[in-house]
Amino acid sequence: MENLSSEEKKKQYEAYVNQVTPKHSLPMNMLKAFLVGGSICTLGQGILHLGTERFGLDDTEAGTWCSLLLVFLSVLLTGFHLYAKIAKFGGAGTLVPITGFANSVAAPAIEYQKEGQVFGIGCKIFTIAGPVILYGIGSSALLGLIYYIYGLF
Amino acid sequence: MEYVNAFWVGGLICALVQILLDRTKLLPGRVMVLLVCTGALLGALGIYRPMIDFAGAGASVPLLGFGNALWEGVRDAVDSRGFLGIFSGGFTASAVGISGALIFSYLASLIFQPKMKD
Amino acid sequence: MSQMTGTQSIRFDREIYINSYASVVGQKEGEGPLGAQFDQVEEDPLYGCNTWEEAESRFQTEAARRAAAKAGLSMEEIRLIYAGDLLAQCSASTFGISSLERPLYGLFGACSTMGEALSMASMAVAGGYADPVLALTSSHFGSAEKEFRFPLDYGSQRPLSASWTVTGSGACVVGTKKGKVRIAGLTTGKIVDYGLKDSQNMGACMAPAACDTISRNLADFGWQPGAYDRIVTGDLGFVGQQILFDLLEQEGWDIRGQHMDCGMMIFDPASQDTHAGGSGCGCSASVLAAELLPRLAAGEWKRLLFVPTGALMSKVSFYEGQSVPGIAHGVILEHVEG
Repeated sequence: MENLSSEEKKKQYEAYVNQVTPKHSLPMNMLKAFLVGGSICTLGQGILHLGTERFGLDDTEAGTWCSLLLVFLSVLLTGFHLYAKIAKFGGAGTLVPITGFANSVAAPAIEYQKEGQVFGIGCKIFTIAGPVILYGIGSSALLGLIYYIYGLF
Repeated sequence: MEYVNAFWVGGLICALVQILLDRTKLLPGRVMVLLVCTGALLGALGIYRPMIDFAGAGASVPLLGFGNALWEGVRDAVDSRGFLGIFSGGFTASAVGISGALIFSYLASLIFQPKMKD
Repeated sequence: MSQMTGTQSIRFDREIYINSYASVVGQKEGEGPLGAQFDQVEEDPLYGCNTWEEAESRFQTEAARRAAAKAGLSMEEIRLIYAGDLLAQCSASTFGISSLERPLYGLFGACSTMGEALSMASMAVAGGYADPVLALTSSHFGSAEKEFRFPLDYGSQRPLSASWTVTGSGACVVGTKKGKVRIAGLTTGKIVDYGLKDSQNMGACMAPAACDTISRNLADFGWQPGAYDRIVTGDLGFVGQQILFDLLEQEGWDIRGQHMDCGMMIFDPASQDTHAGGSGCGCSASVLAAELLPRLAAGEWKRLLFVPTGALMSKVSFYEGQSVPGIAHGVILEHVEG
């Protein structure tokens, strides 16, 4: 047996591996993601409703409170080792909402505390969230630049 | 009705992203980056705000909404401050979410210990 | 007479024995099908330590002490140690072995390391350079997830092809003192790369290497698969096993009657949610010590080919877009009468 040097043979092996590798049922996973993700968003809607109706906040303020409370809830569930359990069931349903972002901040903070305040928690807290912040800020700034130039004319 | 729309729109976005997770080799971190950038783009194209008007939290809670919020922050800041707004708007708009995640997570690291999965 | 056999194998002239073996595993492994056969099941995943890494080291220390004690040896009588693990720069072995104060060669062969350690140990004994020699490896679910995947509380779904890193360590004392199992020969594997980049499907990455080493072994010794009672791979899992059968068939071999896989033996996928099976260099080492060697010693099996498989990758190579090459080392183990 030799190493596969040609790209074509590698592709063939990959295709064969894909064929023999069992996969989760996609419709089933999509349904779970739909239910879990939908529930988290509905919870968010409840917070929005409460904010505007009960506390008389405007939409923006209510939206900000909504984000903050969902983030808090997610960090709490992560701390009690429950978020990963829900994510195992919910898949994208727990990754896509802002709670998934919060989980990606809290999980490394808890895991890497043993490596110290600065190089453990301080650096590793951004391992997954860092790219999201960088590219979020980057892409919105790029779009803002286009918007700014467009506004000049 | 607003709850129903939040549920099915939010759920649908998640279900579609599940296809990406299951059928491509994209790692979750890459998917999150993709969502935020897409959200900013959809916001700039004027598509995302109507979705939030329709579905409320169903569109604002997913990370697409986070991207849209970044874009709207930059847009408003450019309107009020001009060029510097390009650099200030994103962090202003996302300040509460990001600071919340960082501060709560730091506190969590003081309280909770890592635990094995079973 | 030259002991070199074929192109990659060794047939030892000297009688080299496995004098003792011991395994220490975590709770989940203890709840698996082999649970009762491990020397020690440690319920606390931190093993009384502060971190997963320190705990992994302690698993090694315990396995080493138990193996030496079972051979009736004090630690001072161990002449040389070959040890390895999955952590960066073999740190689990470093901190596990340092307190034993014995000469050490640290090894890295990913999950194939127990095959590598046994190979080096038996060669050192055969050459008359050291006797007795201790060979051991370890892995830990917590430290491996942290090193290669995600923090434990990060929410992600594991694909069905993913394996579960075994928490535990296995150790063997190799020497010339007569025992019930001997190391009759070796086939050293080469790196086999089929270009796969999926670190969540290790079985598919390693199966070509296992196929290469097994068919090389059969060719070098001029044997049919039936010469072995069992051919036992390290941690191919359910997906890798299927691929191994298919690849070997293309080479003209059928080992379906003999094949077992340590990763498939250590967990029950139906009740333990481990998907493809167990993995990590503690997997093949602890199964070797808890299941394979006892059955060989009892004479239930006469000859066995032990083929631990490893996926040679680092986090850096993975993110830089490199493939995940495999390696597998074959160790021929035989029952000794009397």
